[in-house]
Amino acid sequence: MADLLLHLNPGFYFIFAGILCALLPVNIVRKSLLVLTPVFAAFMIFQIYGAQEVISGVISVGPQELITLRIDRLSMVWGYIFCLAGVLNGIYGFHERCRITDSSALIYMGAAVCGVFVGDLLSLFIFWELAAISSVMLVWMGGEGAYKAGIRYLAIHVLSGVLLLAGAVIYGQSNGGDYTFGNIGIDAPGGKLMLIAMGIKCGFPLLHNWIQDAYPKASITGTVILSAFTTKLALYALARGYAGTDILIYIGALMTVFPVFFAVIENDLRRVLSYSLNNQLGFMVCGIGIGTPLAMNGVAGHVVADVVFKGLLFMSMGAVMLRTGTAKASELGGLFRSMPYTTVFCLIGAGSIAAFPLLSAFVTKSMIISAALYSAENSHAIKDWIVLAMLLFASAGVMEHSGIKVPYFTFFAHDSGRRVEEAPWNMLVAMGLASLLCIFFAFPWGGYQFLYSLLPYDVKYHPYTGDHVVFQLQLLFAAMLAFAFLKRIGAYPHERRAEILDFDWTYRKLGLGIVHWMSEMWTRLSVNISRVSMRLIKGTGQKFYHIFSPAGTMSQSTPSGFAAVLTAGMLVVTLIFIYIGAS
Amino acid sequence: MSLISFFPDWMLTHGAAFLVVVPLIAGAIAAILPKRQIAAALTVAVSFICMLTSLLLVLQIIDGQTINYALGGWDAPHGIAYVVDGLNAPILFLISAIGFLVSVYGMPTIIAEVEPKKRAPFYAAFLICLAGLLGMVVTGDAFNVFVFLEVSSISTYSLVAMGASRDRRALTAAYNYLIMGSIGATFFVIGLGFLYMETGTLNMADMAVILREMEGGSRVSEIAFGFIIVGLGLKLAMFPLHTWLPGAYAHSPSMVTVFLASTATKAALYLLLRFVFTIFDVSFNYVFDVEIYLLAGLGMVGMILGSLQAIFQTDIRRVLAYSSVAQVGYMLLGVGLGTAAGLTAGYLHLMNHAVIKGALFMALGAFWYRYGITRVTDFNGLSKSMPWTMGAFTLGGLSLIGVPFTAGFTSKFRLVEAAFLKGWWWAVAIIVVSSVLAIIYIGRLLLAAYFQSPPEVNGHVVAKNEAPLLMLIPMWFLVLLSIAIGINADIMVDLAEGAASVLLPISAGATP
Repeated sequence: MADLLLHLNPGFYFIFAGILCALLPVNIVRKSLLVLTPVFAAFMIFQIYGAQEVISGVISVGPQELITLRIDRLSMVWGYIFCLAGVLNGIYGFHERCRITDSSALIYMGAAVCGVFVGDLLSLFIFWELAAISSVMLVWMGGEGAYKAGIRYLAIHVLSGVLLLAGAVIYGQSNGGDYTFGNIGIDAPGGKLMLIAMGIKCGFPLLHNWIQDAYPKASITGTVILSAFTTKLALYALARGYAGTDILIYIGALMTVFPVFFAVIENDLRRVLSYSLNNQLGFMVCGIGIGTPLAMNGVAGHVVADVVFKGLLFMSMGAVMLRTGTAKASELGGLFRSMPYTTVFCLIGAGSIAAFPLLSAFVTKSMIISAALYSAENSHAIKDWIVLAMLLFASAGVMEHSGIKVPYFTFFAHDSGRRVEEAPWNMLVAMGLASLLCIFFAFPWGGYQFLYSLLPYDVKYHPYTGDHVVFQLQLLFAAMLAFAFLKRIGAYPHERRAEILDFDWTYRKLGLGIVHWMSEMWTRLSVNISRVSMRLIKGTGQKFYHIFSPAGTMSQSTPSGFAAVLTAGMLVVTLIFIYIGAS
Repeated sequence: MSLISFFPDWMLTHGAAFLVVVPLIAGAIAAILPKRQIAAALTVAVSFICMLTSLLLVLQIIDGQTINYALGGWDAPHGIAYVVDGLNAPILFLISAIGFLVSVYGMPTIIAEVEPKKRAPFYAAFLICLAGLLGMVVTGDAFNVFVFLEVSSISTYSLVAMGASRDRRALTAAYNYLIMGSIGATFFVIGLGFLYMETGTLNMADMAVILREMEGGSRVSEIAFGFIIVGLGLKLAMFPLHTWLPGAYAHSPSMVTVFLASTATKAALYLLLRFVFTIFDVSFNYVFDVEIYLLAGLGMVGMILGSLQAIFQTDIRRVLAYSSVAQVGYMLLGVGLGTAAGLTAGYLHLMNHAVIKGALFMALGAFWYRYGITRVTDFNGLSKSMPWTMGAFTLGGLSLIGVPFTAGFTSKFRLVEAAFLKGWWWAVAIIVVSSVLAIIYIGRLLLAAYFQSPPEVNGHVVAKNEAPLLMLIPMWFLVLLSIAIGINADIMVDLAEGAASVLLPISAGATP
């Protein structure tokens, strides 16, 4: 039995627990499952994974072998951080009484963990889609406006899955039926399709809109849960399949830069955080594109850090939203008086995402930027320097919108006059834990060394060198100065109530317009067609009805005399056949 | 085979005869029993014993062996031989297992459907019918087949007629069935007479040898073949000869409907296989002709027309009855393909369809038992008023359509594969069209059950009223079995391939 457990993908525990939750009417049991399942799964990962790559749980489906369990140093990082995020989310959502959220969250987490630990593309596709389907429930729990956003979210993710499957089939068939998920590369058959599929889920520029569309509309706990898994699963797939693919460097650099502008003018703070999520993903995509051991370590480390601090920021916004009912910058302010703990946690999260020294992103993002620097130094190509410049600009931008804007407009700025309760204890515990982790991951005496020891490659890297710390502080203070200056002269964009459409304008406005026009034309056309076809269908239907219905010719209870004649007729027919056959 | 060691020794040698004799004698006893409960208990016990015995037979022949049992110690060709091989052993098990499940299922329904003083005779008729069906499958003597065919048929007529206390139309249905069944049996026995004239023996194995020596024989054996095909075609509800079936299924007691739908046509189909492939031989030109054009052709016509007719029915039992006509078409198509793959698929579909239709008719019986439902329109909101029964019906319906991971899918998929192998792409098209039609007639019921609200009586929504456990357990057993087959059909496929290798001994080893 224990042996069997060692061959079971730990993600299945989540899925089992999720199904159990769907059936359990007892809230406290569900909540315990939500917290304990990730702990157990993490324990099992620890049990299964020694130092060697583990491949097992091979299931044959027809001619195809599915590898349901593969743990190596790369996937292990993702597995652990997903479990960690699961625990934090479980604690954070403790106050909520909602069976759908509990079960779909567990299944969703399970799909993500399974997706990370499977060893072939077909299994990946299954969990890729399962993650999409289970997570859309979390979006739908968000209430008004969430339904349509959920539909859009689902459509895009199903499209992503279909592309993945198409790419995988092309790839596997050209490999002679080998679907093993290893390094694919963009030039392999089907490679581009799969890259686009992963790009959709990862929020590549112009494919990113679902993040800002769906995440802010999901429920409070839903957003926190969503932020941790979907995009990180896609990142894992990219890291596994496309490490060192050059085009990812430029895509990643672009990804870091463009959300900055939208984030600065956006009013809904959860949307701001969604943009900043996009921006952080850019760093990691860029790191995958560089593909050196240092860069890949940076990516894995930054995934760990990002799940924690981005979760922390979404949690603090969720707590604010729970108490005030809104996350709009224009309606918040001055909350530090009534929510002091949340303020402190949010500031730690903000400092982490901005990569203040002693806070987590500092030790992880710097690896990616260093890797970019080294590759620029090696190649001396102007484009590599441009990439580096973009990353640095984006780092300053992060400080601008996530580091300053989010806490400033929520907790300080002009007093909104709201006097609310502090967040519930469970949210404070979750945020407190996340904050501790943010500090621990960057702790110079043992903390970051521990984080580095988990990373896939053995690379010596020291984040706390004098020049690095000083440089980072210069960057951050310059950004703060710029914010203060712009605020002072009144040039900083005011918080206004509006929903900003960026590229999604093309499908939410233009596309919709085209569809409306087409449907109008279609209606006119179809009226005429239907008049003709209705007559036809009605005619045929009636004919069928006359023949087959209980009152129809075929079904009249045949008098036995007629049936006897029919039998004799059959005999004649049979004998004719026999006669022809024999002669 | 360690399982065999659980059975007593005398059963190993006499199992084949025991299987038939026990229900026959028990039937006679049941007829004179004073109380229903005792008769019911006897029926359950006897059918259970039959199931165990036939299981033993399956275990004994699974390695490709054949059991020859000389009745009364009189060796063939003078005495009657019982022959159990890979072809009929699974059918024996199917019949007796369904018989057991049905007799458990029937305990509540009989009280509701049959008049008190007719209940003990009802059980007697049921046991004799069981004995007849088992007998006509197990025997290796052609005339004995006719005897048991009549034994089972006559008892079936009376079983159908006992539905009269529920629905008077059962009487006309039984009468129709009687006339048609007798015509079928007469045709069959006329065919046998011709065959006896030609070969001078009634033992099936001897007939086969002699016919092969004569290379198909003269006109006499050709005519014999024609009569036998039509006679059996009538019994197995081959398309234009199916007119007795919807009435008989629609008006007989629920338990009888389940039993008939799962076993009677299957036993007749077994005989068709036996006669076409082992007594006669497809290498005879006239047999080949009939097989390719008549059986396959009528099978496909039946698939389409039967399904179409099912769509337009208003009585739910008739919906499923016409669906049975269509499903028989699938099996005939498998037979008509004539390849090992086709026969395997057809045989597999025979067994799967027995499981699926059994479950579906059990669900219909439960609907009637609780709410008196007979019409399609009465399905409204059944998912709320009888969730477990409706769940079973849903899964069974999906299996009938052929949704992946159900039994219906495995056999239909194999049939499609076999048709492709033979190059009959139009047969594939017809299978697909017929499956789409199945989606319509099953989907229509499911839509009403899940998306309509239950009817109101005096301003109150009808209360939830689940079927009794004695009905639910056999029903769900069959449903879960159909899902299990859908997930892993290895055992069934082995049995079907074993049967196909009996039918086509030469090519058996080389088939996929």
